[in-house]
Formats: sequence, structure tokens, C-alpha cells
Amino acid sequence: MHGWGTEMTALVELRGIKKFYGGVKALKGVDFDIEPGEIHALLGENGAGKSTLMKVLGGDIIPNAGSIVVAGQPADFRGPADAKAVGIQVIHQELALAPDLSVAENIYLGNLPPIISWSALNNSAGEVLNRLGFDIRPKEPVGNLPIALQQIVEIAKALSKEARIIVFDEPTAVLSGKDAERLHEIMLQLRMNGVGVVYISHRLDEVFDVADRMTILKDGETVGTVNVKDTDMNKIIRMMVGRPMETMFPEKKPTKIGDEVLRVESLNRGREVMNVSLSVRSGEIVGLGGLVGSGRTETAKMIFGADPKDSGEIFLNGKPLKLKSPHDAVQAGVSLLPEDRKGEGVVIDFPISVNSTMAGIGKITNGFGFIKRRKEGREVAELARKLTLKCGHIDDAVSTLSGGNQQKVVLAKWVFAGGDVIIFDEPTRGVDVGAKSEIYGLINKMAEDGRAVLVISSEHQELFGICDRVLVMGNGELRGELKPADYSEENLLHLAMASGALEKDGESHD
Amino acid sequence: MTNTPLDSATDVEKGRPFNRAEFIEKYSTFGIFLILFIVATVWTDTFLTQRNLLNVLRQVAAGTGIMAVGMLFVILTRGIDLSVGSVQAFGSVLCGYYIVQLDIDIWVALPLVLLSGAALGALTGIFVAYLKLPSFVMSLAMMAIARGLSLVYSQGQPIVLGKVGAALTEFGSGRFLNVPKPVWLMIAIFIVAGIVLNYTKYGRIIKAIGSNEEAVRLSGINVPRYVASVYVISGMLAATAGIIAASRTGIGSSQVGVGAELNVIAAVVIGGASLMGGRGGVINTLIGALILGVMTNLMNLAGVPGYHQQVWMGIIIAVAMLLHFGVTRVKN
Repeated sequence: MHGWGTEMTALVELRGIKKFYGGVKALKGVDFDIEPGEIHALLGENGAGKSTLMKVLGGDIIPNAGSIVVAGQPADFRGPADAKAVGIQVIHQELALAPDLSVAENIYLGNLPPIISWSALNNSAGEVLNRLGFDIRPKEPVGNLPIALQQIVEIAKALSKEARIIVFDEPTAVLSGKDAERLHEIMLQLRMNGVGVVYISHRLDEVFDVADRMTILKDGETVGTVNVKDTDMNKIIRMMVGRPMETMFPEKKPTKIGDEVLRVESLNRGREVMNVSLSVRSGEIVGLGGLVGSGRTETAKMIFGADPKDSGEIFLNGKPLKLKSPHDAVQAGVSLLPEDRKGEGVVIDFPISVNSTMAGIGKITNGFGFIKRRKEGREVAELARKLTLKCGHIDDAVSTLSGGNQQKVVLAKWVFAGGDVIIFDEPTRGVDVGAKSEIYGLINKMAEDGRAVLVISSEHQELFGICDRVLVMGNGELRGELKPADYSEENLLHLAMASGALEKDGESHD
Repeated sequence: MTNTPLDSATDVEKGRPFNRAEFIEKYSTFGIFLILFIVATVWTDTFLTQRNLLNVLRQVAAGTGIMAVGMLFVILTRGIDLSVGSVQAFGSVLCGYYIVQLDIDIWVALPLVLLSGAALGALTGIFVAYLKLPSFVMSLAMMAIARGLSLVYSQGQPIVLGKVGAALTEFGSGRFLNVPKPVWLMIAIFIVAGIVLNYTKYGRIIKAIGSNEEAVRLSGINVPRYVASVYVISGMLAATAGIIAASRTGIGSSQVGVGAELNVIAAVVIGGASLMGGRGGVINTLIGALILGVMTNLMNLAGVPGYHQQVWMGIIIAVAMLLHFGVTRVKN
């Protein structure tokens, strides 16, 4: 078969790579190498540093420390062009295609001759696509293709160039089971031709099918590099997790869990959310775990009426809820603290007071539509006290606050508006440790006040720390439920990544 | 933090320290106006006379002033309304059409004119807010439609108001406390707009929509309804400007307000409003309109030929904006 003895020179070696963003250490000295004719999987949780490392390899970012050795020679990548020049092609998760140009133009973009012979261009693009085994018309504008096929075009673009190393950054996230299999065949073919393939994926079982070696990153450090035949899925998951349980979760008072408040029945939208059903009771904190892109945010936005649903029912206190917009949801008493705080949570250039009362503005407005300023001031000052908001003045812009305090303003908005259900989407993203603990306390408080609380988080420890039970999503489906006794990252990742259910589904969608 | 939570609760509510940057942003437009005013006074003998100043005010009232209020509302939501000049002509023509040709009583006809302007605005608003057409494109279409409608209803001819429209022309040339009546109307509109923008839920929400529409939508506000409404206001105020034009000239004409949208937008932007939405105020918009009015007046007094005036106008707008941005940049 193939081998990777010491006698072979690695195509590229990354040694002791460090990358800091301000005080944040994204990479703390990572070693990684790629040999000719191997498929090398790069694994780790969200935020472990995989994408950063691949950006270093692709020349997109310059590391603070460490060296890059190409075929035994030290190299100095000053930009993506340097990496491309030595044959490193990175297929990023975010597609870099021009949607209005044709498939053929996209494939050869950057290599177009001054005078284009359209027939030659389309023919050679057709050949590349055929080789990949996909039936895509070279003349089709890329924007007309489904995302999965756009991904294939991106891959064809990389293959059309002289490539010695190809990095696939989560290519199967958008592909169905069959297409993913075809992609794996492509990888095996590349391996036979001596290309070094780097494969990043959250679908562990797929990785085990094709990879030769695996490198596991955690918190910006290499945990280890292992041969696939010497390991198994359990060992890998253990390498990926296993940080000490943090002691920042406030004690939750034993809350009386009451009647069912929110019930969702077989919610569907495209491939993003498939047949999701769940229910949350008064006083209960339910976690929604899984990996980024598993459909959690999409589910939340549908429950909030912010995104349209294909099918499914939502019930509030037993009554069906017809939501055309967030306006309807807020009227009914459903709140959402969105994932993207600056883009969706606050009007950042506007005062704290205005933001805090935005969702319940009717409470401070008189019959003629005039705002009762004095009442607003009192109410907001009271909210600021309750939520321990650290600010200069309630009429200062939200942009003057730290991330944690900005999040408290969003929270203040929903406390002021009232309601029965609140959904938190990544409530502590970009929030410092101290404020995190305070936000956990406030989430507990919401439940103690009798609200039904749904928390989405990619920090699994956070879910285990505050939730009464955790539902796990993977690829748009609800995969299972964890009770406190079963709380462990291993269990959660098993549910999120095992794609047994997914394969079945892949078939039914084909 | 040394404050106990209770202290900060009272602190955060009352008395906010003076902020130099905010002060500059608020008053830089007024500063530009003051400089222009002083230059005009020193340069010409006739500028600082009651007669001339009232003349400037009347021109602003009949031209950019009232329409600038509607435009301000639209721009605050991050939109633009290019149809104001055409809708003004539509309002002017309808005055003649309703009063003279349909012989409707003037006190019924004028509200009808306002409603007609509002209807065109509503059409723009519905397409922008609900069908998500860019406001630039939709109001460009409405610009053509409204101008076309005014040609249709006037058949390309000016409609003389004559005796049946006497009440209207009396308003146009009339004075109250020695100030032209259209100026009083403009002042009233500015006051109402200022109150709406600063003290009501409506004003707060349209400003917030311009700053971050998605955050407002996700706060459960019915955003499309608010967005559509600003075009209704803009249409209605453009029709009002059309009525004033008819009242001053005594005719309903389809040639009123050609190119007016540019001056109106210029007034709002010179007034410090951001075309990116969310920032802008009524008083500064009035000052912006006055700056344009004074400049036109000054060039007339200084004997600058008409064709040259347009060139100078463009240059002065650019310089005023530079000054304005220069000052705001100092703040940051």
C-alpha cells in the first residue's frame, strides 16, 4: 500500500507555530506535517485552532512564531500567492466563488488568458468536472447551483491547478451521504497520485473511513498525531475533550419545574432543520448542544418567527402559535437573545436606555405615542441594578460597554419585555470570564422566575453547568437527549457526530 | 468598580457629563451657517435686511425646506426618496386639476391633494418595505410616474387657479405678523417633526431602524410598517410643497420641482444626517436648507449669472460636506 517512514520527506512541515490575536492565543506552538500520498485528518472542537492553522498553511495569516518547511527547505509565506506557488491549495469552508460567473470561468479565474476561447475553456472545465464524477454544466452560472455543487466547483478550481497539497476544510458539512462518498473517492484518487490531502471534518466516522493519520488539536495545542489503524473513535474523542470542569457555574436553586410552556413539533426547513421536536417546561433550562452548523440557530430563529419554516407546529401554553415575524413572537411572549450580538442583538450606536426598552416600548409610551422619559429612566436604572450592568450613564451608547455588559443590555431588553419563553443563542460568546458567571446567574434567575429557557451553546461545559437536560443536534436533526447523570463531552460528541441516523436520512433525500 | 450597585443606579440615571465630541457633532452645521451668514452680511449691503431675509425664508419654504423634513425621515431609515420633486409637481398640478377643472371646493380639494401625494408615497413605501425593492430604484420609478401623472392631469399646460383658487393664492402671498404665511407653515411642520422625532415611539423606532434594522426586527418591532410610513410622510410633504408652489405662482404646473430632489437631499446631508441611516435631526435639517437658501440668495445678490450658480452650488456643497466630515473626524 503506502507508507510514511522516516525516509520520506514531508511535503510541508509546520513547526512550533504560534499565533496570537492581542492577548488571545489561537495557536500555542503547533506541529503538523503532510507527507506525499496521505490523507491527514485534522480534528478538534470548535475553536481548537484548526482553521487558524490552515490559514497559516495557506499563507493567509503570518504566524507570530514557528517555521514552515517546504520539501526540506525553509519557506517564508508572505501571502496566499507564496503558498499557491509551492502547490498548496486550500478549499475554505466559506466558498470564494463569483456567483454571476459561469462554472468554467470560476474554475479558471485567475488563470484566464487575455483572449478567452470559450469552447476550450468550457471543454477543459467539463473534463475536470467529469473526472470528479459530477454532472455540472460548465456554462451554468455558479449562483444557480445548490451549495453542495458549489462546493464541488470550489474543489474543481483547486484541482485545475498544480496541487501538491490540498486542504479540505469541512467539505462534507453541506454534502449529502452519496456526494460525500464521491468526495472521498476523489480524496483517495488524489492520494494515489501522491498529493498530500488535509481533511478537516466533524463527521468522525467518515474520517475513520478515509484518513491515514490524524492530528488532534485542543485549545491551540497539538494533543497528538496518531495512525488511524492504531486508534479508535473513543480514544480520539477523549483526546479532543477532557479539560477540567470549570467552577464558574452558580448554584441553581432547586426550581419548581411546572407545566409545559413551549412545544415544537416536527419543525422543518430544507436540510438545515429536519423534523425537530422538543418541549420546554416552566422553570426548566434545556440545552441545545451540537456542533456549529448543526441547525440549532436555525431552529431557534424559526421558533422566534425570524425565519420562515417549511412545516411544523409551535405551541405556547398548549395553544398553536402562528408566527409571521418576530413581532408576533414577542407579542406572544417568546424572546430570543441572538447569536450575533452586534449585528442582531443591539443597536450599538444607540443609548443603553433605548436598547433596553426596545422590545417593551409600549410600556413606557402614553396613548399619543409619546415616550415617558422619566419613567423610562427609572425603569432602566432599576434594570441596570438588577442585572449588575456596569456603565457610566444609561444614555451612553451601547458601544461604550464591554462585551459582557452589552450582552446584559440585550438581557435587560427581554427582562423588560417579559414573556414566558426565552431562547439564548451563544449567550457568553465574546464575554470575559467574570461576566460569564454573572450571565449564568441571570439565566438561572429567568428560570426561577418561571420562564421556560432554551440555551444554545457550543461550549459544552456551559450547557452541563446550567441546564436541566441537554438536547443534542447534528446535521439538522435532533440526535438525542442527555440527562445530568450522562453529562460528558464524550457522550455529547458521540450523539453529535455519529452519523448513523444521518446516512439513513441521506438516502431518503436522494 | 468602587460604586455599590445602588449608587450606580442613581448615578446612571441623572446628570450626564459634558461631552465635547457630541457638542461638536451637534452644532457643526450651525457653525457653518453662522460663518456663511457673517460672510454674506459683510460682503453685501442688502443681505441683512428684513425684506431680503424674509425672501430667503419664503424661498426655502416653497422649495427645499418642507420636502427636506420628509426626506430626513426617509434617510433616517437608511432609504432615499428621489421622487419628491415629481410629487411636488403632481401636488401643484392637482391643485389646479381639482379646484379649477373638477371644480371641487378648495377646502375639500387641498386635503385630497395631500392624500394623493400620500398615496404615491404609500406605493413607494409598500414596494420598498414589503417587496424589498431598493428605495433608490423604486423612488426613481416613482419619480417618472409622478412626473408623468402631472403631465397627464395638466395635459402639459399650466392650469391657472384664477378666481376659484383665490383663497389659495391669498395664502401664498399673504403675511401673518409680517412673515409670509408659507414660512409659518414650514415652521409648524418643522416643530411637529421635531416633536415626533425626539419625543415619540415612532421617531425613536425609525432612527433605530436606520442604525440596525435587524436588531429592531428581532426586538419584535413591525419594521416594514414603519419603513413604509416614512415614504407616505415624504409623499404628503412633497404634495404640501406642491400646494405652496401653486399658491405662490397662482398656477398648477407640471414643471415645478425639476431636479429638486438633489437640493432636498443636499439640505438633509449638509444638516449632518447620515445616508447610512440612524443619524440626523430636524433643526440641523432646517439649517441645512437655510444654508442652501442663503447661498442661492448670496449669489443672486452678488450678481453671479444663473448658469454659473449651479456650478458654484455643487462646489459649495462639496466644501460644506468636507468641513462637516472634517469636524466629525476630529471628534473621533
